[in-house]
Amino acid sequence: MSETLLEINDLRIALEGRPDQQVVKGLNLKIEPGQTMCLVGESGSGKSLTALATMGLLPKVLQPISGQILLKGEDMLTSNPNRMRALRATSMSMIFQEPMTALNPVARVGQQIEEVLEFHSDLSQSEQRKRVLEMMEAVHLPDVEKLYKSYPHQLSGGQRQRIMIAMALIMRPQLLIADEPTTALDVTTQAQILTLIRELREQQGSAVLFITHDMGVVSEIADDVTVLKLGEVMETQAVDALLRRPQTDYTRDLLRSVPSQVPRMARAEQSDQIVLATDNLCKTYGGGGLFKKAREVKAAQDVTLSLNKGRTLGIVGESGSGKSTVARCIMRLIDPTSGVITVGGKDIATLTQKELKPQRKNIQIVFQDPMRSLNPRIEVGESIIEGPLNFGVSHSDAMKRARELLDLVGLPASAVDRFPHQFSGGQRQRIAIARALAMDPDVLVADEAVSALDVSVQAQVLDLLADLQKRLGLGILFITHDLGVAAQICDDVVVMQHGRIVEYGPAGTVLGSPQQEYTKALIAAAPGRHWDFANFRPFAEAG
Amino acid sequence: MSDQTTTLAPRDTVTLFARVGGIVTSGPVVIVATVLLTIVVLAAILAPWIVPHDPVRLTPSVRLKPPSEVHWLGTDAFGRDLFSRIVYGGRISLVVGVGAAIFAVAVGLVLGLLAGYIRWLDAVLMRMVDGLMAIPNILLAIAIVSLWGASLWTVLVAITIPEVPRVVRLVRSVVLSAREEPYVEAAIAAGSSTLLIMRRHLLPNTIAPLIIQGTYICASAILTEAILSFLGAGINPETPSWGNIMAEGRIYFQINPGIVLWPGLVVSVAILSINLLGDAVRDALDPRMAQRGIER
Repeated sequence: MSETLLEINDLRIALEGRPDQQVVKGLNLKIEPGQTMCLVGESGSGKSLTALATMGLLPKVLQPISGQILLKGEDMLTSNPNRMRALRATSMSMIFQEPMTALNPVARVGQQIEEVLEFHSDLSQSEQRKRVLEMMEAVHLPDVEKLYKSYPHQLSGGQRQRIMIAMALIMRPQLLIADEPTTALDVTTQAQILTLIRELREQQGSAVLFITHDMGVVSEIADDVTVLKLGEVMETQAVDALLRRPQTDYTRDLLRSVPSQVPRMARAEQSDQIVLATDNLCKTYGGGGLFKKAREVKAAQDVTLSLNKGRTLGIVGESGSGKSTVARCIMRLIDPTSGVITVGGKDIATLTQKELKPQRKNIQIVFQDPMRSLNPRIEVGESIIEGPLNFGVSHSDAMKRARELLDLVGLPASAVDRFPHQFSGGQRQRIAIARALAMDPDVLVADEAVSALDVSVQAQVLDLLADLQKRLGLGILFITHDLGVAAQICDDVVVMQHGRIVEYGPAGTVLGSPQQEYTKALIAAAPGRHWDFANFRPFAEAG
Repeated sequence: MSDQTTTLAPRDTVTLFARVGGIVTSGPVVIVATVLLTIVVLAAILAPWIVPHDPVRLTPSVRLKPPSEVHWLGTDAFGRDLFSRIVYGGRISLVVGVGAAIFAVAVGLVLGLLAGYIRWLDAVLMRMVDGLMAIPNILLAIAIVSLWGASLWTVLVAITIPEVPRVVRLVRSVVLSAREEPYVEAAIAAGSSTLLIMRRHLLPNTIAPLIIQGTYICASAILTEAILSFLGAGINPETPSWGNIMAEGRIYFQINPGIVLWPGLVVSVAILSINLLGDAVRDALDPRMAQRGIER
């Protein structure tokens, strides 16, 4: 074995001046040249802080209080800023989650890559440009001469992430730190970026410290895995061993929470009562304009679907597929351009806001971001009863019901007079569900309702939704980009692309034996599809 | 791992009083500003009991005297006691400052909420606001005063109107971003009326920036009033205000510069104090600043 590339010994990071408030508690880590080490953990596990500490980029309020970070034997924690600056890009470099904010929006991308060479090499202008174009080709960007002169907003998310990778690797650093580099990308783009990182690692021989929360991604890219929980290392193992024989309860629970890609068992139809249906729903943006016709964007075209009482209908698709547009049209948060939306036996597509009000009771929504879906200035009880109050329920009756609902979603009734910031993300999502249920709706629209949650919390909220559906007979319209989540809870699935329905049918058929190329591509791109995480084995070995 | 569904964080117990206290004592400069402003305000309120002389009584025998034991800051061209006039002048200036801030914020808040939330009104209102913004403040104020004649009310209106557009723009921008928040959409889905949504979910977001904007308007209104009086377009010269004391004193500047310098100093101190307090409020209400405060 060659010399260890990165060695972290007993790293402790704490709030400035508060050594008792540790966010990383004695972390040990070793990376050999050419190795890909995955750091896995839920939010607050300290995985990003470890990466930032290695790069010398910790925010001022956090300070390493003990330990060493040795890059080829040189301690990063005691190096001066000038030395760190020289090491960044040449010996180690980093790519971030959000490629849009990591690039300068007012500089051409080619020049941004070239800047790295300007600082760290003494190549001539023309040699620099040649190197940049070579590197852009190496990350498989098309038409590099043209892209060199483009600005970040002219590129797609995947292309921007390729630029970031080109920038990170142009000095051929021995260590690449990737902090959730594919989390903001669509699943097909994610698959391409993962392949690219693997390929470049082999070509350049650099080691990768890959930070992610997604076990699927881990199974695709890792050689070894370190599992973190609240700043402490739970275990470190080779990826195959970890997925088959996790050593700690935490890792086992984490793996069990990963939604399986295999569709759930088909449930018998309990009711043929249709609670929600759309017919040729269309939404077109733009097209107006006073002097010249603005460009039309067809966000949703001819969407026809129907949902029965007590069933779950999933809409899956990548960003821009129109799935959220459909949800917002159905909620009448935006006005559909044409088509019919039937809720409670009545077409609500063309009702005025006033006529709509009595129909609002029948259909409620839960949003993606638990931090923003509750008014931060209002006690959660007041948030929950806002709807019932609008429909003439007395304050005391509504409050009594709010307490029952909180109990129903697994929160103490005393939560009614707390403010949202006093709850965790999962708790807030439960409150948002309670608020939706306060109206006794027939249909619950869940717009990426579990996407912002950690995987263990996500599993709990999905269980809650399933339980509520069983008890209350809710029809659930579940919008998600995550095929695993869709497979786990949906009876029927709609696959959308470019505003159109590509495939629609029972979950077992659509996700199990897809007919359309696009659906097949989506499923093929889903990371970790070969692993049955919950049973600690690959599907190929299942009986 | 656990969702901690049963354990709740302790309740918040920070009272409004404690928050205000925290803002006022957030730094030595802010403490000084608070003390100075309190002195100016108290002096204006308690003027009749403080002043040693009647501020409008003419005493030709003591014209343009330098500071002495009888006349602490000297006298003006008509022999009126300068200290008494400055103390009384604070009444007009502060009423105009606070009044303009309250009126501008109130009007701007209503228009801003409407413009931000009701799409078709937005274009109409904002073009009117743009038009108003294109006219220089002082020019507009002079025009209004000369149209309706000088009185406390017209001066107040004349100073308020040019300040309104900035408040409208501020409120509108806050509302435009707040209306996209999921909790507002949840309220729409819950069948809440436009009025309820504005009052409950949108208006509270505007309060922090409005308090800050209000302090700036207050300071700028005091200045505008002083300029109007200085130009002769202010409240009638009988009633002392910081502006017209300076205006009357400027021709005697070489004989008794104190007539211009003392009220000028008071105006500067009052405006600086108000602006510093406004900054302190902004720091306290800005979440990013507040974060830093906690971590400190």
